[in-house]
Amino acid sequence: MTLSITVNGKRHRVDASPETPLLYVLRNDLGLNGAKYGCGLGQCGACTVQLDGKAVFSCITPISAVGDRPVRTVEGLGTVERMSPLQQAFRDEQAAQCGYCIAGMIMRAQALLDADPHPDEASIRAHMQTNLCRCGTHMRILRAIRRVAGIANNGAAA
Amino acid sequence: MLGRLRQIGRGRAVLAALLMGIAGALFALALSWRPAIAPITPPSPGSFTPEQVARGAVLAKIGDCAVCHTRDNGRPLAGGRPLATPFGTLYSDNLTPDPETGIGTWSAAAFRRAMKDGVSRTGEHLYPALPYEHFTHVRDADLDALYAFLMMRRPVHEAAPANRLIFPLGFRPLLAGWKLLFLHHGETPTDSSRSAEWNRGAYLVEGLGHCGGCHTPRNLAGGEIRSQAYAGGIAEGWRAPPLNAANPAARKWTQEALVTYLRTGISPDHSAAAGPMGPVVDSLSQVPESEVRAIAAYIVSKMGGSPSGPVAPLPDHAEAAASRFPEGAVLFAGACAGCHGQGAPMMGQGRPLLSLATALRDTEPNSAAQAILQGIEPPVAGRGPKMPGFADALTDRQIAAVLGYARARYTDRPDWKKLPAAVAKARKEGTQP
Amino acid sequence: MKFDRRQLLAGGGLLVAFSMTGRGMAQLSGGGEGGGAPAPKRPDLPGSLKSNPILESWVHIAPDGGITVFSGKAELGQGIRTALLQVAAEELDVPPAAITFVTADTARTPDEGLTAGSHSMQDGGTALANACANVRLLLSRAAAKRWGTGTDSLSTNGKGQVIASDGRRVSYGALAADLSLHVEAIANAPRRDPHHYRTLGHDLPRVDIPAKLTGGAAYVQDLRLPGMLHARVVRGPSYGTHLAKPQIDAARKMPGVIAVIENGRFLAVVARKEWQAIQAMRVVQDSDYVRDIPPLPVEDGPHRLQKLPTREISVLNTSNGAKPVWKTVRGSYSRPWYSHGSIGPSCAVAFAKDGALTLWSHSQGVFDMHRAVAELVGLPPEKVRCIHTPSAGCYGQNGADDVTAEAGLIAMALPGRPIRLQWMREQEFGWEPCGCGMVTRVEAAIGPDKRIAHWHYEVWSNSHNNRPVGAGGYAVAQQITPGFPAPEPKPIPMPEGDGDRNANPLYVFPNMDVRYHFVPTMPLRVSALRSLGAHLNVFTIESVLDELALAGGVDPLQFRLAHMQDERARAVMIEAADRFGWSRRPRGDGRRGCGMAFARYKNIGAYCAIVMDIEVERETGAITIHRVQAAVDAGQPASPDGIRNQVEGGILQSLSWATREAVTYDATRRTSFDWGSYPILRFEEVPRSVAVHVIDRPGDPFLGAGETAQGPTSAALANAIADATGARLRDMPLTPAAVKAAIGLAG
Ligand code: FES
Ligand code: FES
Repeated sequence: MTLSITVNGKRHRVDASPETPLLYVLRNDLGLNGAKYGCGLGQCGACTVQLDGKAVFSCITPISAVGDRPVRTVEGLGTVERMSPLQQAFRDEQAAQCGYCIAGMIMRAQALLDADPHPDEASIRAHMQTNLCRCGTHMRILRAIRRVAGIANNGAAA
Repeated sequence: MLGRLRQIGRGRAVLAALLMGIAGALFALALSWRPAIAPITPPSPGSFTPEQVARGAVLAKIGDCAVCHTRDNGRPLAGGRPLATPFGTLYSDNLTPDPETGIGTWSAAAFRRAMKDGVSRTGEHLYPALPYEHFTHVRDADLDALYAFLMMRRPVHEAAPANRLIFPLGFRPLLAGWKLLFLHHGETPTDSSRSAEWNRGAYLVEGLGHCGGCHTPRNLAGGEIRSQAYAGGIAEGWRAPPLNAANPAARKWTQEALVTYLRTGISPDHSAAAGPMGPVVDSLSQVPESEVRAIAAYIVSKMGGSPSGPVAPLPDHAEAAASRFPEGAVLFAGACAGCHGQGAPMMGQGRPLLSLATALRDTEPNSAAQAILQGIEPPVAGRGPKMPGFADALTDRQIAAVLGYARARYTDRPDWKKLPAAVAKARKEGTQP
Repeated sequence: MKFDRRQLLAGGGLLVAFSMTGRGMAQLSGGGEGGGAPAPKRPDLPGSLKSNPILESWVHIAPDGGITVFSGKAELGQGIRTALLQVAAEELDVPPAAITFVTADTARTPDEGLTAGSHSMQDGGTALANACANVRLLLSRAAAKRWGTGTDSLSTNGKGQVIASDGRRVSYGALAADLSLHVEAIANAPRRDPHHYRTLGHDLPRVDIPAKLTGGAAYVQDLRLPGMLHARVVRGPSYGTHLAKPQIDAARKMPGVIAVIENGRFLAVVARKEWQAIQAMRVVQDSDYVRDIPPLPVEDGPHRLQKLPTREISVLNTSNGAKPVWKTVRGSYSRPWYSHGSIGPSCAVAFAKDGALTLWSHSQGVFDMHRAVAELVGLPPEKVRCIHTPSAGCYGQNGADDVTAEAGLIAMALPGRPIRLQWMREQEFGWEPCGCGMVTRVEAAIGPDKRIAHWHYEVWSNSHNNRPVGAGGYAVAQQITPGFPAPEPKPIPMPEGDGDRNANPLYVFPNMDVRYHFVPTMPLRVSALRSLGAHLNVFTIESVLDELALAGGVDPLQFRLAHMQDERARAVMIEAADRFGWSRRPRGDGRRGCGMAFARYKNIGAYCAIVMDIEVERETGAITIHRVQAAVDAGQPASPDGIRNQVEGGILQSLSWATREAVTYDATRRTSFDWGSYPILRFEEVPRSVAVHVIDRPGDPFLGAGETAQGPTSAALANAIADATGARLRDMPLTPAAVKAAIGLAG
């Protein structure tokens, strides 16, 4: 069945059964690597993309639920040559070890920054709580987000 | 529980009017003035026996004191938790023995009066957010143990913000009228035809446990409707299911199953504890099992019946449901089946089938809608059943479609009506602070 | 390296368990794990050059100046690619960007054994440094010959040119034409002077990170070969189970399904699209399961190990039989089984064509793999090529090896079609080898001089090294027919050790008896997990030191220093303590507490001291970690920030292990199968701040730092909890419930 979705500002027609989770359409039909399979259960955030500006788990979002709502993936933020401010902050902080979680982290953090450009430490941590990192890159991820949010670590977190 | 407070709030402006009316009429008679009880210097550590303090610690868990009296990221029992109601916002009090901001200067008598009569040490009426209509049934010895436990906490100097209530509800003497209607003193009666365990359960459930606070419906004035005790209520936008014969569980609750549920947050023949029930389970996971067994014995007897005879096959009308709710079927296959479908990992691990889920079989869709919107966090020690929320992934209409499909597929019960509106309402309620 | 008497004694285990022949004996290239690197040809050469002395296997220089460097070590997310690139760039004296860097490919790179055990810098880095120094020397000689001068007046300028003192210069490319690198390395080619390092010791931004931030194809999961099919394996809920009635016929009819592979009890579905494969897998999987190996021991937890037959290994014995009794501390410590918990479930791509098999794998041991998979699928090893391709962090032997072997089997059944196989989340949790559960028991005493007078230490553990070196090492080998028997589990001899890794303290104690009760029978499937036994051994030793310090009324830092002679060890402890402000540390009201711990990984790797400041909520037992300060000495740091990144990660992972992790199971299966049943540390629970100080040791040998924080962090936490609450917790995880149980519900 042919469905159409808008990803990173471009309309795509894809041939997929309508229940297919967005994750597989992004990865396999559109060839985008950003969203990762981590659990397929909505528990880790590796697959996080933005749907209509909100961070969602693409592994449990059926393609047919997307409708006209715009999808944004990490590829839509910037490229290696022209990184978005948040991507650049991750690079400046060297905020990755294996990096498998990182695209999801960036997309979730971007959704927060879009809604509130200057969140405090506690809101950042609460917002990021759904996304897992096994390498323990959390401190650097927080530093990168703070860099864009323009706040220092005042130790105000949990 | 917070939920019960919300439920009080649900009476909206009608309640305000009613309260004013009642209070006005009863005002003279209310004799609402109560004397202050003299302040004391906070008791020293030797004032209580270790056994008494330890007993009080258990009772505090059964009473869930810390759940309401702790703000997010705040120190336990130091209060300050906001409760939004249509009449304004209430903040829970600091229960630590800080002399200025907590209950450090409260004598045991003052504490007992607050618990039994809803009156503070200084003589002010307390809002029924504190469920004194239940706590009034607690025996003095237990209240004293609870008092001993609280007085032996480390004091936290932290004043709760002032309540912000619409006029004239900030005028506490009005509460005297409420109490006349809804506060009934006296011990929980014992039933000598029942076991000691059952009677213990009755005492805990009716008193400190205040289960009726969520599981009994309330009238417009926010009082529990005694004639409909345990007929189900609303808590933070979730349904607290009926704990009487109308309990919608597909498999009758046994004492064993309920003990497992109350201590772990999940029963293989039922479902997972979600929403405001999570903190209850977290508390009960920490008290002696005998107390939970007693609570379960009493509740199970209220639900009546016993599981006998062959278990009826569980409904799974996949095709019929899909033909009636085609959109719901598709969404379910992509969003839900990875956990709830055949061959899914949860199923291989003995997690309950959706045909067993109480929320799907309930008369109202509230809890099922909240579970989809907000998800479920593991209630005990952060480990256990975990479900993601779909609030940002699915629209109200899509969630309604999933609910319609799941109800039709996994139950034999009539369709829920006006689902999209119910989901929209649930979404609104779920995002309140 | 200097060995003192104790270390030589510790090495006594070596004679017991190590057969001195063949592969692996040469050097413990992966910390003694797996099959090791090939036997040494030139034992006099440093690092992996011993087995691969020919320079050409490390460096190519094309006539156009293009430089390609080859390493047998693999990027696992630890940043090794960048660190090794820095080493090569420094010793070749070229900008890092001038190098094309090729890693772990059995067809192209030297066999350096496993990428494990914090050996990549020690072996691979050392080899590359010396190989590149050799090449630079040969380039200088070639230039000298060309100009008819001596090499003494020549140098290199960091731009790929040899320059003469008179200003003449020639590019490496121009020299390459006359140069054969098909020569053996010499042992002491002059290395670059650390004072003039241009790349090494500087924070070079990691070369793999930009792609990972922008959705570049960075992982094996991102490989998309023409005509590629998607496969899923279908199995019971965890290792040792199989499905009673797999719904194979139903799956064959599903849309997109190309094949259902059945080989004994091994089942896989192959479909055109990934989602179709997943749906077909769910359909086949809708069945009860049967356990086919003995039930799991539910009651005893890790203490089960103490009831199983053991093989006794004496790690160290200087006991004089005396048991002074001024103040004695006794205790038993344990940790449960852990999951590696990689965020990306294991994945591999396999392609069989014309009697050869190519595997893209994120295994830490592609060299072992090309032999073991060859045996499994019945091909000669030279017909199986393994190309390491990064994935999510694995931290040891997760499902990477198994999934590749399985992809290989499926590909052999469908030649001509590339097969991408990814495990599902629950399969990773259910089937990967776990990190070992372990138990220790200690009796130790101080004399009136407040110094340790007697130390008796025992550790119980399974082998931490069940990496496949032959076909039988894969889980699937016991599912297919005919199958391959699982190999006998073996311990790793000291000084690396496995269950006894770090069981011999670096401190100087008299009168010691350290024993390893090696348990060959495995209640759960286990293999290597970051730091192996060092985690519990360091946890135990450092906890006991605090207990003894407390008993003697001595400050924990002073107590440690009083028993430590190694200057570098003393330096990291003092550095961490000073930066933390140990002498002014906060003392609280029974809630606040500070703890420290130290270890030198394996006593031969990096030094690490950790100090932390925590708060325990007595009402709930909840632990808040305010501040962590680490100091690390890893010898010459390739990239200090790379080391900081690794150590920060190690600290957080160790905190996660110590505070909440445990594989749960019932008699028939593992019951931790998702992130709800196996929670790990999340953002709201990580410390408020973590600072890592890397001590600069210009020109000193590289010491691997990837695992150095695991033991000290968990120990420092336990010590801080004891400091805060007075309660000594000995059994991990140190949960709020455990804290509450220790301090009482009434707190
Ligand atoms: S892969 Fe979607 S949340 Fe884990
Ligand atoms: S960087 Fe490896 S999982 Fe986050």
